[in-house]
Amino acid sequence: MSLATFLDLTLSGLVVGAIYALFALGYTLVYGVLRLINFAHSEVFMWGSFAAVWLMMAMGARSGMSIPAAIGFLLLALIAAMAVSGAIALVVEKVAYSRLRHKNAPPLVALISAIGASFVLAEIMGLRDKIAGWVGLDGVLAPYVARARDTTSFPNPLPNVTLFEVADFPVRSNQLIVLFAALIMMVALDQFVRRSRLGRGVRAVSQDPEAAALMGINRDRVIQLTFLLGGLMAGAAALLYLMHIGVTRFNVGFILGIKAFTAAVLGGIGNIRGALLGGLTLGLAENYGSLIFGTEWKDVVAFCLLIVVLLFRPTGLLGESLGKARA
Amino acid sequence: MTSPETSTAPERTLGEPLLVVEGLCVNYGRIEAIRNVGFQVPERGIATLIGANGAGKTTTLKTISGLRPVRAGRILFEGEDITKVPSHKLVQRGICQSPEGRGVFPGMTVEENLDMGAYSRKDRRTGAIREDRDRVFTLFPRLLERRSQFAGTMSGGEQQMLAIGRALMSRPKLILLDEPSMGLAPKLIQQIFTIIREINAQGTTVLLVEQNAMQALRTADVAYVLETGEVVREGTGAALAEDDSIKAAYLGGDV
Ligand SMILES: Nc1ncnc2c1ncn2[C@@H]1O[C@H](COP(=O)(O)OP(=O)(O)O)[C@@H](O)[C@H]1O
Ligand SMILES: [Mg+2]
Repeated sequence: MSLATFLDLTLSGLVVGAIYALFALGYTLVYGVLRLINFAHSEVFMWGSFAAVWLMMAMGARSGMSIPAAIGFLLLALIAAMAVSGAIALVVEKVAYSRLRHKNAPPLVALISAIGASFVLAEIMGLRDKIAGWVGLDGVLAPYVARARDTTSFPNPLPNVTLFEVADFPVRSNQLIVLFAALIMMVALDQFVRRSRLGRGVRAVSQDPEAAALMGINRDRVIQLTFLLGGLMAGAAALLYLMHIGVTRFNVGFILGIKAFTAAVLGGIGNIRGALLGGLTLGLAENYGSLIFGTEWKDVVAFCLLIVVLLFRPTGLLGESLGKARA
Repeated sequence: MTSPETSTAPERTLGEPLLVVEGLCVNYGRIEAIRNVGFQVPERGIATLIGANGAGKTTTLKTISGLRPVRAGRILFEGEDITKVPSHKLVQRGICQSPEGRGVFPGMTVEENLDMGAYSRKDRRTGAIREDRDRVFTLFPRLLERRSQFAGTMSGGEQQMLAIGRALMSRPKLILLDEPSMGLAPKLIQQIFTIIREINAQGTTVLLVEQNAMQALRTADVAYVLETGEVVREGTGAALAEDDSIKAAYLGGDV
């Protein structure tokens, strides 16, 4: 193995890992306050990815645009993806969780309803050509809805240039943008939860819901906030994923969601910094694993790692719980 | 801090009932935890609910705080019906509870916990919060020493003090204290009761729930005895403290 190959795998492992981490925040935040896994979070991500693709198509994004225009387009796509993912996450909370919670349904019921919501959201996307046909818009919307079950590619207007070389390995602009954007978003979220008043409310509810209520914190608002924050982060992850991978599909959330969930558990579910550590570890493990055993063993290596870590540290690398993570 | 002797201001006059509980019934599933519980807390006074483990004291306080649904009965605060007011809205009305046991936020420092007490205050941006924090540190010098320590790593007694201090940070009209002396060494128990009188002398009405009956009765203006979910006796704290049947039932071997 050459050094260039190793560097390539390391950097792309970190890039993919950072995307997992950003995606994983939604699982971890919601788990912190509800002690439940939001299974529909994978579709929150998927919808964000389509929002970004569609906006780019609508704006006529293409390669060869000026750099400032391309950056402007990407920022708009980021906003669109975050807005749509955030909105879908709030809808999922309202439809699949909120009513059941107020009726004191057992947690398993909410889990099933979230799995149901996940299928519905994925299939709406996968059947969008038919749905557009029912309302007679399949003609107008053809570029957006045609071949609904195939992959759709993301027209990235920003050229992917080689910035510099390390030991014959070219470091490309896209990878660095994705990596740093993901890290910036995570730091922003971490600081928000740690320092802002609302963030302290989130930590309080995840540490002791009854005491939080006694302090005047509205648990329902906090739960909505965690869904929203998780959705916004998933939307950002979706755009970064598109910049890195270049395509999306109605069922893209499924395997990626499992990976992101794995990252959350690996780092310690409920723990924001754990999600970052878990995501990066998983991304690197996958890539190094594929180097040693072959690409087809990538997922096997990733999940073996998860099992081994949990055997020795059942609460994940950094331990469970949102608020308990030390500053 | 003023000395304990001067803190129990004798000229303190009790007002109208600040809190009135009438015919309160609360269930856990089909089990009746409390039945037809009624009592009153006079404004500026200290009222106590005493009773053995499992008598329903915590349930009563949690119900007042809106954490348990009421099956029957009413709760009035300042003459207004608050039976159905959700828990997170009560602190703004002036009710705050210090929960039983380790009811602090374990992953937050002492200071962060105290700030959570002021979460709902409108005057957060003024210096008032800092003043109140200093006031809590004066009442509990131990908390000042530990201000940067994570609450979850402190002793049970320290967490208890923190829970009380945190409740005070909301500037409540009525503070609900659930077994503040639980798990404390006898010397600390004396201190806690002194502090409760001090808090009350500074103008806060107190509803105190205790298993430590003798101390609670000596501290309280009015007292109610809870037995298997029902109020079985009531009177002034002093009168019940002298009552032989109460002594026999609740005070045996007490500090
Ligand atoms: N969460 C609960 N679920 C079921 N029963 C409970 C619960 N909490 C308390 N109880 C029952 O309600 C009764 C009163 O308990 P509690 O209010 O905690 O009493 P106390 O504070 O006086 O010790 C007890 O019989 C107790 O077993
Ligand atoms: Mg109790």
